[in-house]
Amino acid sequence: MFDYEDGKLDWLAAGLPSEGTNAQRPRAGDIARKDVPTCRLDERLGDVRDRARWAGWDACVVLNEERVVFGLLRSKELEASPDLRIEEAMRPGPSTFRPFVSIEEITAFMMEHDLESSPITTSDGRLVGLLLREDAAEASLDLHERERHSDGGQT
Amino acid sequence: MPRPIDRDEVRRLVDGGAQIVDVLPANEYESDHLPGAINMPLRRLEEEARSALDRGRPVVVYCSDSA
Repeated sequence: MFDYEDGKLDWLAAGLPSEGTNAQRPRAGDIARKDVPTCRLDERLGDVRDRARWAGWDACVVLNEERVVFGLLRSKELEASPDLRIEEAMRPGPSTFRPFVSIEEITAFMMEHDLESSPITTSDGRLVGLLLREDAAEASLDLHERERHSDGGQT
Repeated sequence: MPRPIDRDEVRRLVDGGAQIVDVLPANEYESDHLPGAINMPLRRLEEEARSALDRGRPVVVYCSDSA
């Protein structure tokens, strides 16, 4: 017999699939965009900004070699002097969320704290994707509409 | 005494045919459980394990976390 000591929360925090009623509802890891541009601490801001914008993004996540999140560049940070190193320009230690957090919970948090975006990470800090506030809000609204209709419109 | 294992070993064992048992209360199991896990709340584990589990296959048990 074997004991998976770290348990279910460890499994979910790693973004691994699960079963059950919660698995049918969208979670942060499901809605996060996996194609967000990434960069390193020692890169030049101007180069990173050009690369991100060419890919259609106004954000970039700062990672180390092991894909651990070190910082975030949102639209405001990307507007700084192009010769800055990423380490100087970035917003260090951004608020991150685990993949299993419900979309309703994270949407409420992002609205309350006026966050454009939040990195979604595993329990050891590795990037899963970047959750955009508008995507979170849309998914939350879709969920609400689906549940309202499945109740036959009763509230 | 069960041998402690990590997530990667869980995946290897399950891929190799191990049975996976969630010992949390039924309502927690229904909300979320590992794929393929069966529910055997801790207080019923000893009573149900003999009839519900295949003695010829490894068994992995888990709960919420290590706390």
